[in-house]
Amino acid sequence: MRFLLTAEQREFARTLDSLLGAAGTPAAVRAWAAGEHKPGRDLWARLAGTGVFALAVPEEHDGMGPLPVELAVAYVELGRHAVPGPLVETVAAAAFLHRLGDPDAAADWLPRIAAGDALVGLCVQDAPFALDADAADTVLVVRDDTVCHTETHGPVQPALDPARRLSRPLGGTVLARGPAVTAAARHATDLARLLTAAQALGLGRALLDGTVDYVKQRTQFGRPIGSFQAVKHRLADTLIGLEFAQPLVHAAALALAAEDPSAGTQAAAAKAAAGEACYAAARTALQLHGAVGYTDALDLSLWIRKARPLRDAWGTPAACRARVLAG
Amino acid sequence: MDLDASDADAAFRAEARAWLAAHVPATPLPSLETREGFAAHRDWERRLAADRWSVVSWPAEYGGRDASLFQWLIFEEEYYAAGAPGRVSQNGINLLAPTLFEHGTPEQRARVLGPMATGEVIWAQAWSEPEAGSDLASLRSTAVRTDGGWRLRGQKTWSSRAAFADRAFGLFRSEPGTPRPHQGLTYLMFPLDAPGVTVRPIGRLDGKPAFAELFLDEVFVPDADVIGEPGQGWRVAMSTAGNERGLTLRSPGRFTAAAERLTALWREAADPTDTALRDRVADAVIGARAYQLFTYANASRLAAGDGDAPGRAPSKVGDLGAASSLNKVFWSELDIALHETALDLLGPHGTLADDADEAPAHGSWADGYTFSLAGPLYAGTNEIQRNIIAERLLGLPKEARA
Repeated sequence: MRFLLTAEQREFARTLDSLLGAAGTPAAVRAWAAGEHKPGRDLWARLAGTGVFALAVPEEHDGMGPLPVELAVAYVELGRHAVPGPLVETVAAAAFLHRLGDPDAAADWLPRIAAGDALVGLCVQDAPFALDADAADTVLVVRDDTVCHTETHGPVQPALDPARRLSRPLGGTVLARGPAVTAAARHATDLARLLTAAQALGLGRALLDGTVDYVKQRTQFGRPIGSFQAVKHRLADTLIGLEFAQPLVHAAALALAAEDPSAGTQAAAAKAAAGEACYAAARTALQLHGAVGYTDALDLSLWIRKARPLRDAWGTPAACRARVLAG
Repeated sequence: MDLDASDADAAFRAEARAWLAAHVPATPLPSLETREGFAAHRDWERRLAADRWSVVSWPAEYGGRDASLFQWLIFEEEYYAAGAPGRVSQNGINLLAPTLFEHGTPEQRARVLGPMATGEVIWAQAWSEPEAGSDLASLRSTAVRTDGGWRLRGQKTWSSRAAFADRAFGLFRSEPGTPRPHQGLTYLMFPLDAPGVTVRPIGRLDGKPAFAELFLDEVFVPDADVIGEPGQGWRVAMSTAGNERGLTLRSPGRFTAAAERLTALWREAADPTDTALRDRVADAVIGARAYQLFTYANASRLAAGDGDAPGRAPSKVGDLGAASSLNKVFWSELDIALHETALDLLGPHGTLADDADEAPAHGSWADGYTFSLAGPLYAGTNEIQRNIIAERLLGLPKEARA
């Protein structure tokens, strides 16, 4: 047993971290929230250059996957930098189309997803809204055992995180029907849970790191507020939440990679833990920044607002807990 | 990155499982915090040792199996999954033995470790004093030089297992008036039946004498029972504190096994529409799994750094440094939440003490609950652990001290 990321995996994470750090994601997030997708799509193109999306696509469709562990490593970094767009949905759609066994649909979409040219929405079962349908090239909608694809959607609904643009998918053309659809949707959901968890983990880390930096320099009563125990203990608890969520994410990625029967349970466990830890980190960040953390002028707000929707996307904590016990 | 057991580890697991299946008592032993239960648990230690299962991670010459850290974790998983008794020898095995491996003399190891491994000598810890709890370095009990040894004087308290144990180990102030309180302390071992020792048992929350006060009046200790250099006791003791909070005190196997039992209880007893309880059961399962995986990652890290290589110092098993504080807060809070959930599932039967005739599961939930309540207190309170996490892992400034 060697339950540690390899040197290559860690290096891949560092590459993404520095690329995104230099790219200035906050401007792209703000533009995305205003419906201007170009800076976000440019960011996607640069990410595609590192091979992120190709990790979800098999070799026969110009990818190098599926590699769930490397995807999880990458999505931690995407979360850390709050990259906008249907990141999870696009690669989960790739997994769905690959599983579906429809060669035409796979050949149509998978090479474009691998290249970062296609943004794909994915709306599964009782999820009413599609994420970023206004930016997506197509949206796959799974209802019961039927999957449609559609390029039309209702008006974008203002959301608590304005960078997550939600709308109802409309109409659509049936792509496939039957048990293969349900099975592919289940698999896509497991992968989506894993990668949402990974994103939440990265987002939570960024919130914690930023808050630790802030409390070291913010002075009240003549000393840094980070020297007060009430502040320290809250940050310690925030770290504990994230530290113990991380191995659940890694183990779920391994289970998906091995197509282990427990992959669904493990992805749900990772999602519940990472989602809650990330949201707790957001609450900590907001509290310890004080009133300035409650403003949208600070880029911190982009991270804070993203935490709760990530916690709830692809299965609320309650839904994930139920899945854990369903076995 | 993988979670795959080697062939050797799989064989080790199978051997442990088979032995435990054949030997674990069908009904739980009486509580080890009673005289009768203490004796029964001591007897169980002897049976473990007879087949070399009492100290698997120790070298073979001291009765161990030279088990790797992963194998030790595997043993613990199997041990608790089998419902085997609590370890009455744990203070000695987890705290004193690592100290002896790192700082003891060959003579001390040869003399002390064998009887510890068989349960012939059960050890109590003697750290805290009435005025020295979290601020342990402020301790006042003294060791004064005399011919061939030292004379101990003072009072220790919250001494776990001391009500029925044979010997104890702890820190004593051997040099008065040092500039800093951590200086001038000496680490000593002493018999609890020596002239001048008075043991006064203390009832824990449920009244059982789980710990004791020790009154020491001119208790003679020979030089042979000093561990490390006189005056260097703080450094010597801290090497065991890392172990205690690290991996070895409460291994993940305890919690994965308890979470399994909790899930079984929930399936039998719970109202399926009670989603609040369901969420808590799921959180216990997720938490136990998280602790197990976090530990696998730490064990992998130690192995990669040669901490788990053949010929390693056994004292370094499970030594995680400041990161051990993350573990301690996590498992202690998980343990309480898990047992509270079990009691809620048991309803009125969850209010019965462990020795009640009608106590469910032979009282194991009630006993586990009472035991769990102490978790955030011992081995360094969780407040102290959070300070360590904040200062050493997050780099936050130290608080102004008096």
